[in-house]
Formats: sequence, C-alpha cells, structure tokens
Amino acid sequence: MKKLFNRRNFLKGGLATTAAAAVLKNSDSKAAGDFTGYPEGMGVLVDLTRCVGCRSCEAACNEEQGLPEPAKPFNDLSVFDELHHGQKRRTNEAAYTVVNRYDVPELDHPLFKKFQCNHCNEPACLTSCFVNAYTKTPEGAVIYNAKVCVGCRTCMIACPFYVPTFKYSSAFKPQIMKCIFCYDTRLKNGDAPACVEACPQEALTFGRRTDCIDMGRQRIRETPGKYVDHIYGEHEVGGTAWMYLSSVPFDKVGLNTHVPKEPIINSVKDFLAMVPMVLTIWPGLFVGFHLLATRKDRVIEMEKEKELAKQNEIDEKEEQV
Amino acid sequence: MQTRKKIIRTAFALTIGTILTAPILSWSMDPSDAPDTVTIDTMSKIYGAVEFDHAMHVDYASCQECHHHTTGDIVADPNCARCHHNQDENDVVSCSECHMADRFNEEYLKTLEDPKLYHIDKPGLKGAYHLNCVGCHQITSGPTGCVECHTMTEAGEKMFRTGAFAPAKGTSSSDQKH
Repeated sequence: MKKLFNRRNFLKGGLATTAAAAVLKNSDSKAAGDFTGYPEGMGVLVDLTRCVGCRSCEAACNEEQGLPEPAKPFNDLSVFDELHHGQKRRTNEAAYTVVNRYDVPELDHPLFKKFQCNHCNEPACLTSCFVNAYTKTPEGAVIYNAKVCVGCRTCMIACPFYVPTFKYSSAFKPQIMKCIFCYDTRLKNGDAPACVEACPQEALTFGRRTDCIDMGRQRIRETPGKYVDHIYGEHEVGGTAWMYLSSVPFDKVGLNTHVPKEPIINSVKDFLAMVPMVLTIWPGLFVGFHLLATRKDRVIEMEKEKELAKQNEIDEKEEQV
Repeated sequence: MQTRKKIIRTAFALTIGTILTAPILSWSMDPSDAPDTVTIDTMSKIYGAVEFDHAMHVDYASCQECHHHTTGDIVADPNCARCHHNQDENDVVSCSECHMADRFNEEYLKTLEDPKLYHIDKPGLKGAYHLNCVGCHQITSGPTGCVECHTMTEAGEKMFRTGAFAPAKGTSSSDQKH
C-alpha cells in the first residue's frame, strides 16, 4: 500500500499552509494600514496664538452636552492655577473639554490650549474596543455607543491622548465620557460644534479637514516667525480631525510630540495578524511534529515490549518444563 | 446785462465741474464720513450689544488698520498690497459686508473648496471683531476682559453658570477630578 502521509509530505504541507496564511494575513493588514480616514471628514484647527483663555468653549460644551454643574463658574479663571496630582486639568466625566494655561519662558504672555478628543482618523480607542462601541463617522467624529459597552476601559489605556474617561458614578451601567464632536446635535446636520460657535477669537476654525490643513499652512506661510512650522495632528497617530497651531514647540504646551506618525493600531497589527494563525495552525502542526519525532521511540518501545512478551513466554515455558 | 450772464454761466460751469470732479479729488474716505458710534448687535445672545465709539477709535488707528483695503487708503499690510495696491473705496466698508456672521454654515464652507480662491481663511464676523479689537487692545493696553466691552445677558449667565446661576459651593456634583 502506498503511504498517503509520509513524514516528508506532511512537513511540506504544513510549511506551505503556514506560509500561505502569513502572506494572506500580511496583505489584509496592509490594506487596513492604508486607510487614511474619510477625505470628506470635517475637522477643527485650534490656533493657540489666538486663544485668550475665556473658557467660552467649556461653557458651551457643558450646556450643549447637558453635563453636570461645574465646581466653579466658567468665567472663573482661577481654574488655570489648579493642579490635580501635580497635573493641569484633564477632561473628565463632567467636562469633555478643558482649557489650560501654559507659561512659556520665552514669551511675555501665557498661552492657552483647549483640549478634547482629537477624533483620530484611525482611532486607537475604536481598534482596541472588542465590542465595537466606537464608530468613526464619515463626518469625522469618533462616537461611542454606551449600550454595548461592557466597561472594560481598554479604550482609556489605548488612547494616546488620555481622552476617554469613565463615569465612575455609574460603574454598574458603564459609560465612557468623551467629546463626540457634537455629532448627534450638530455635526451630522453639517453644523459646527458648540465650542467652535462660542469661541469669540475664532481660535477654533471648523471646516473640512483638508481645508483646515490648507488654512493652517497659509497662516504659517504668510506670517513668518509667528508659528512653529508644523500642524500638530496632520500626521500624528495617522492624522486627527482636530489639529493645532502654536507659536512655541508643541511639547511646551502639553502636547505629546513622541506619539508615532502612524496609527496606534499599526504597532500591534503584525502581532494581531499572527494570532489567528498561531491559534489555528500551530497546535495541529506541532502535535504532528511531536508525533512524528517520537515515532521511532515508540516503535522501539513497542518492539521492546514484544521482545519482553516473547521473553516472558519463553520464561513461562521454561518454568513449565 | 452781458456781465451778469457771464457770471451766472461761470458759476454754473464751476458748480457742475465741482460736482463732477468731487469723487475724483477725494479717492479715499474720511473718518468724518463714518458714524460717530456703531451699534454692534448682530450676535448679541450671551453678551449684550456693544456701542462702539468709532469717533474715539479714529485717534488710535488709521482707517486701513481695521478696514483693510476697503476705504481707498494705501493698505498697511504688504501681503494685502500684492493685489489691493491701488484700490478705490468700496461702496460699503462695514465689517459684516465681508465677514460672515454665520461663518461655519455648510454652504459657505463649500465655497472655500474653490481651488482658485485666495481668501480661504477669512474670519467670521465675531472672529474679525475680536481678533482686531482684542489684538490691538493687548498692544495699546485697552480693555481685554469680556465684560469690559459688553455686558453678559441672562442667557450668558446661564451658559457660564455664573451670577444667579452660579454653582452652590460644596453641593457640586462634579468636583473636578484628576
């Protein structure tokens, strides 16, 4: 009888399957990595040289989103001196956006920076969420669905900007609190978010993301020396809908300049592509290897057992005799 | 009789001539052409209207510093002068003529997609006022606080949670964490 499965064929097949799987998975992950966001998506350009720290955006956000009453009125500017665990104010379950003051030594005046969800083109919160609670809408917003959220808070760890916050006051009905670009009430109807509308200085300029980049470039080009020649968010973490212009290096106004230029998911994509392959192919493959590798031993063992049995038979016969 | 006719004719010709040449002789606008005060009330919702003392501000800035290339003066910004170097005065020079009160409406944003449009970054009316006023006030030590120029309305107090709508101390449900 001709053997269908000999050791050589088995190994060949195993290697071919592994290689094919690896190639297929790689092509998949590459296609996903080429996703550069929705070209028609909207964005906001935040110009730090224009912001005067009036906190109108915070007030408008609170009203629009029906957030809880703040500890201090929104025209109370003493909040800029607050430090919480040695840090400036951060977004929390009661504030989707905060303005902070930065005293930069080389300037004779402070700078103010509004901060909120940056609405990444390829959001880490979205890709890290295993129940798909997050959606990047074609309009540019990263929205969140509390109905399916299980409250694992992986998104809070995944976000490179530490934006999503957990509503600890309702831990049994988990809810992540973060800026949604006023998607429900404004953006989906083509309107600017409440903070942008409230800003007196037009420090926040709303428009198509690509147009915001053009505007930023025009400002940099036509007022030489005023701005750092970079739009923060144009390429950071694969591009964000909210982008920043500053007159000082971005790390001096609390923006992380060490974030990768690629989406966060790209750092783990190769690994994630391996997981299904490892889980499905490797067990069978290595069990096969093991069985083949130990076959000789087992044959020898079986022969030994046979010999032993024969020996026993002989012994028994001898005893009988 | 003859002399009287001549005088009348000359006077008539001079009058006509003056009327015809008047616009040519006065290319640029004069501050006295402008109203002494301008009421800025197109956006008064959370803040009340502002009575802008135009006559007083004429002493602080030349026309083109606020009105750019619209008053017929030589434009101050060399970047603007590239196109608007010898432009006549506009029929209307008010801010709202060019700066949209509804800066971010969908239709206006669509017009910005025109690849040949230069003014892709023209501030809206509110932005234009504040950037111009606050920018200059910062340099000239003019008022820069919100309520130094306009009073907050009740709707404003409600939005800012201040005045009658201020949070009661100690009862706040959302103490700033982190």
